[in-house]
Order: sequence, then structure tokens, then C-alpha cells
Amino acid sequence: MEVVVLVVVIVMLLSAVAVLLFKDFLAALAAMSVVSLGLSFLFVVARAPDVAMTEAAIGAGLSSLLFALALRRLGLWRSQ
Amino acid sequence: MRRFTAALFLLGLGVMIAAIYQHIDFGNTSVNAGQAINAVAAQETGAANFVTSVVLAYRGIDTLLELTILFTAAMIGGMVLGRRRADAPRDPDAGFILRTGADLLFPLLLVVGLYIILHGHLTPGGGFQGGVILASAFFLPLLARPGITLIDQRIVSLVEGLAGATFILIGLLAMFDGKEFLTPLLDKGELGALISAGSLPILYLAVGIKVGSELAGLLAHLAEAEALD
Repeated sequence: MEVVVLVVVIVMLLSAVAVLLFKDFLAALAAMSVVSLGLSFLFVVARAPDVAMTEAAIGAGLSSLLFALALRRLGLWRSQ
Repeated sequence: MRRFTAALFLLGLGVMIAAIYQHIDFGNTSVNAGQAINAVAAQETGAANFVTSVVLAYRGIDTLLELTILFTAAMIGGMVLGRRRADAPRDPDAGFILRTGADLLFPLLLVVGLYIILHGHLTPGGGFQGGVILASAFFLPLLARPGITLIDQRIVSLVEGLAGATFILIGLLAMFDGKEFLTPLLDKGELGALISAGSLPILYLAVGIKVGSELAGLLAHLAEAEALD
């Protein structure tokens, strides 16, 4: 189990750095939701399913949606 | 100047964390509220999910304030976004896969959201999580076919207001009984049954409908906003 947690933490760290480095806003947004998804997995491992559900629904789902719609509103939605 | 401020902030943060480490061993807290609640929550509230008993029974006023914060944020969002010009161009419909996927997922997401809300006192989840899922269910058709109106905005606002009022009314009903605001009412029932834990499921249903309609309204408003390019 510790190995899995370690892998998830490394993936989270890498995608957190990727958020800063990506030039494409939509790709940065996807990397950001990977961080949230990893965090919600860690909450499940820490036996906090309620918090994990909130993190997955709000952190990975709703806030990515809000960011994507804000990018669209600002004209920064470029997928290439 | 900004670099200096950032360095000062980091120094302060480091000192704070070091001070905390000096006094508390890592992973070894002296907080014992958790054990106390685990010991008495099932008898006192009748909810099988102790998180729900904390969120709605032991700290119901905090939950009411959370709802207020969410309401204020959604309202400010709506105010900042403003109104759409009549001649603004609309996005074209999405591709076949997103349209079909939205049609297939809409009822599924509704069922999952309502299940999570109604079983909030039994299994992990509850009004906030289920409400977000409900909101995304109502947003998906808008993503597939921009410009359609699923439900009139005024009805959404009405439902949201009624749900919020229900939450406060249940809290006030306890005061008419001579108890404190938001004290759980009704029969506790059998632990683990769907109809149990007194008024907590009704409160969570109100929270779920309020959060769902609020966020659905905000997302629809945001999707309605004109896109720059």
C-alpha cells in the first residue's frame, strides 16, 4: 500500500509542477484536476471517504468546470 | 519589493511550522473530540454516518453559515458576470459523442446525486457532495447543446430559496419546542435504516437541493456569458 501511495504522491507532485510549466491553459487545468484526484485517493487511503467524495466532486469536477468556463469567458480556451 | 515580501512570508511560515513541530509530535495529536463523538453519536443522533451527525447535529449552525457563504459566492459570481447582449454569437452544438453521452448520463447522474443525498445519514456523502453531482447533471445538457434552457432561471431561484428556508424552519421548529436552534427532532428510529436519524435526512435533502440548484444556476450563468476571442 505504501508503494501505491508513494506513486500517487509523485504523480501529484509532477502534475503540480506541470500546471506551472504548461503553456496551454486547458492542459494546465487537466493537470490541476489530476492533483485533486490524487488527493481524493489519499483521503480514501486515510479512511476519510466523506472528504474524498467532496474532493473528487468539488476539487476535481466542479472547480475544473468553473475554471474551464472562466477560460472560455476570457477567450483563453485554446486546445492546440 | 515583491520578492522581499515573498521571502518574508516564507520565513514566517517556516517559523510557524517549526514552532508547531516543537510542541506537537508528528501524527500524534492530543485532540480527543473524535473518540468522544464516536462513543456517543449513534445513541444521540441515530445516524449511522458519524460525519453527518457532526455536520448537521453537533455543528448545524456552521453548516448554515457554509450555505450562506456558498450563496454569497454564487450571487457575487452572477453579479460580476452581468447580462448577455442579444446579438452575441452562440457556440455551435457539441459533437455526436458528447451529445449522446450527455443524454445517457443525465438520468444516471440524477439518480446518483439523489441517492448520495438521501443516504447521507447512512453512507459517506450527503447534501454537499450529492448537490454538486446534481448540478453537474443539469449542466451536462448545456455543454452538449449551448443555448437551450432546461429549467427557467426563476424556478431554480425559487427552489433554492425554498430549500434554504426549509433548513432554517426546521431549526426554528426546535426552538418552538424549547430546545436550542437546529436541535435534531423527530424519532431516531433504527440505526442504519433509510428512515432514521429524525430530522437529519430532511435537513440534508434541503442542503442538497439548495447546493444543487445554486451551483446549477451559477454554471448555467457562466456558460451563458459571452466568450471573447
